[in-house]
Amino acid sequence: MNLPIDITKTHVVHQWKHDRPLIACRISPDGQQAVSTSEDSSLQLWRIPGGEKTVLKGHESWVHALCYSPDSQQLVSGGCEGSLMWWAVRADAPSLLRKSDAHSGWIRGVAISPDGSTLASVGNDMLVKLWSTASGEKIAEWGGHERHIYSVEFHPSGNQLITGDLLGKVHVWNVADRKLERTIEATPLYTENKGQQAEYGGVRSLAYHAERKELIAGGTHKATNPFGAVHEPLILRFGWDDGVLRKSHACEGIPGGLVWRVQWLKDGTAVGVSGGSTGGLLLFFNDSQEKEIHRFKLPSLARDMDIHLESNMVATAHFDSHLRISVMNA
Amino acid sequence: MSLAHYACGSREHGLNRRRFLQRSGSAAVAGSAIAGGLGSLTTGLAAEQLKAQDMRIVVFNMHGGLSQLESWDPKPGTKTGGPCRSIPTSVPGTHVSDLLPYTAKQMHHLCVLRGVNTSEDDHGKGAYMMLTGRRQTAAADYPQIGAVAARMLNDESRGLPGHIVVTPGGGGGKGNEAAYLGPKYSSISLGGSKPPPNTTKPDGINDEAELRRHDFRRRLNEEFLTRRRTAITDAYTHSYEQALRLMERRDVFDVSKEPQADQDRYGKHDLGRQCLMARRLLENGVSFVQVTHSNYDTHNENFNFHIEQLGEFDRAFATFVSDLFDRGMLEKTLVVVLSEFGRTPNINLYYGRDHWSKAWSIVMAGGKVARGAVFGKTNDEGTEVVDGQVDHGALFHTYLQAVGVDSTQSIAVDGRELPIADPAAAPVWKVLT
Repeated sequence: MNLPIDITKTHVVHQWKHDRPLIACRISPDGQQAVSTSEDSSLQLWRIPGGEKTVLKGHESWVHALCYSPDSQQLVSGGCEGSLMWWAVRADAPSLLRKSDAHSGWIRGVAISPDGSTLASVGNDMLVKLWSTASGEKIAEWGGHERHIYSVEFHPSGNQLITGDLLGKVHVWNVADRKLERTIEATPLYTENKGQQAEYGGVRSLAYHAERKELIAGGTHKATNPFGAVHEPLILRFGWDDGVLRKSHACEGIPGGLVWRVQWLKDGTAVGVSGGSTGGLLLFFNDSQEKEIHRFKLPSLARDMDIHLESNMVATAHFDSHLRISVMNA
Repeated sequence: MSLAHYACGSREHGLNRRRFLQRSGSAAVAGSAIAGGLGSLTTGLAAEQLKAQDMRIVVFNMHGGLSQLESWDPKPGTKTGGPCRSIPTSVPGTHVSDLLPYTAKQMHHLCVLRGVNTSEDDHGKGAYMMLTGRRQTAAADYPQIGAVAARMLNDESRGLPGHIVVTPGGGGGKGNEAAYLGPKYSSISLGGSKPPPNTTKPDGINDEAELRRHDFRRRLNEEFLTRRRTAITDAYTHSYEQALRLMERRDVFDVSKEPQADQDRYGKHDLGRQCLMARRLLENGVSFVQVTHSNYDTHNENFNFHIEQLGEFDRAFATFVSDLFDRGMLEKTLVVVLSEFGRTPNINLYYGRDHWSKAWSIVMAGGKVARGAVFGKTNDEGTEVVDGQVDHGALFHTYLQAVGVDSTQSIAVDGRELPIADPAAAPVWKVLT
């Protein structure tokens, strides 16, 4: 696992099967555990590398939002029923620590501050909420998005929160006073298809690279038939200081694709996981060109991913009920 | 109903253009046997009615195929249930999807039919079946429920068309939707909250000139019709006369005349305005209104799209039903919520649901329909009907019976007796009071 990264050598090393199609996944910061969620509304903890599974039940609906605490001891999950659940995941018998009725409707995203003290959650109620990770108490909530909020990330300083919505609006909030500092327009990720009378797309995922001072936003474009899953994956690369779009990373030959999540590699390579009628793909982009520098075809349609930078490990959640662990080296 | 006396007019088919122009004295009407200028209204307006009842029908057409699992027949916690949950309603023991919180509070007015099986997964064919009560064949064409309602229920003395389709863009309402009933029972299509187009007097024409124009048109028509009368010419003639009445009642179509509070309650979106338009039309005596809500054909991301779409529908529809009840109109108005089919219990790899006609739901309310009732049942995962199965033919009968029309009888058309509804089907008597 400590070989130097080589994205062209990416390959699957583990695949563990649950009973139902998977939705989301994360790897714990210490790299010893992965979590997935599935269409049976449960969470599955997987020990790495053995793949021993523990199922956590409690949510009344599907879970799209997950994040680990920095020390890997706790996991927070946000369900479509609007509940936030804090789990102790390293005990012999993982257990529910607390539950909060957090949002009205789906929770779409959760993120934890770099110091681990604050959790942010966003959802279909178009509200941003902050929570104390120590007590579970709500610290603040505010509105400002006009449509469903799909994604949330903390800036590495912990002073700013970044949220993205259906309309392709990326708002940058000052965490201290909850004021909107500015809006970055990621509108290419939004499609209003008047023929189908549908609005589609949105900022499905966000990621910030501290050294490069760049923000990437993932989703879809060219949604000529949103109801028929005809749309192509797209990642937008913005300069953080000026908010200017630097690259539109599109892909050729993926007529049915959507970037469910984007993340960075340390060297500034942007990675997106695409799922759709074209199948499951890991797409890699650098700043030298708009099209991808490499794509890795996954064995099945993927719906989420998480990269563990220290081990070059990638977890992907799949429709075929598998959690797959790949490594980006030989 | 008096039958029209149509001329075959073999020799008169070729109306002599020169003679026509000589008689008219104007080149302005050249090329048009029936003179006039309201082209968009010529899709057909009613001319006669068989009987006058003060009953009405409104259909909410959930275009594309509403998912029964995200609306009327939720299956939370099952393999097919998806992420949506069920919530209690105003009828103890009856639950609907949590995407319908406002409608749930009006459930005591509604009747849910959960055992619909139409066995047709094609959009066009399914829509045809649900609106005509028959399966489409090459041998025959059948009138849609709106055309039948216009023929059977509309009081033409009110000066309003009997068959109106409201869509966001004003499209639809095309084709042979009145079939053998004739084009006069075809729909007028309205775009959202706007009055029909071309229903204002042209600039620069005063009342006197307007009268002269129409007198001139009538004289031409009368002369022409003495020799060349057909169902089509009757429909054209009727269309122009009704268009004139429509112009006089143009305010009926102006939703902005409704109180601002009502506009707010229905929602500031196309469907909210369409629902308010429907209420306004029904209050003014229009016999049939179809409101189209689009789009539910969610093969991809079914849940996101249903959250969006039903978020609009729920409040507007619940407000509409509540208002009809509060105004004493529900007893005389049948409300139907239908689609061309439902959606698959199976959730596909794109979080979508595909076409599914074997076990889905519709909703009725008002008229003679039982209140607060659920009829029919699907199995635990919603894949099959296990009780109270009904199809499009039975539903068509039921709609008509619910507004007092004996659907087992026939209509006289050009001397022929044609069954109103499919003689092989029967009403769902258990949902009628």
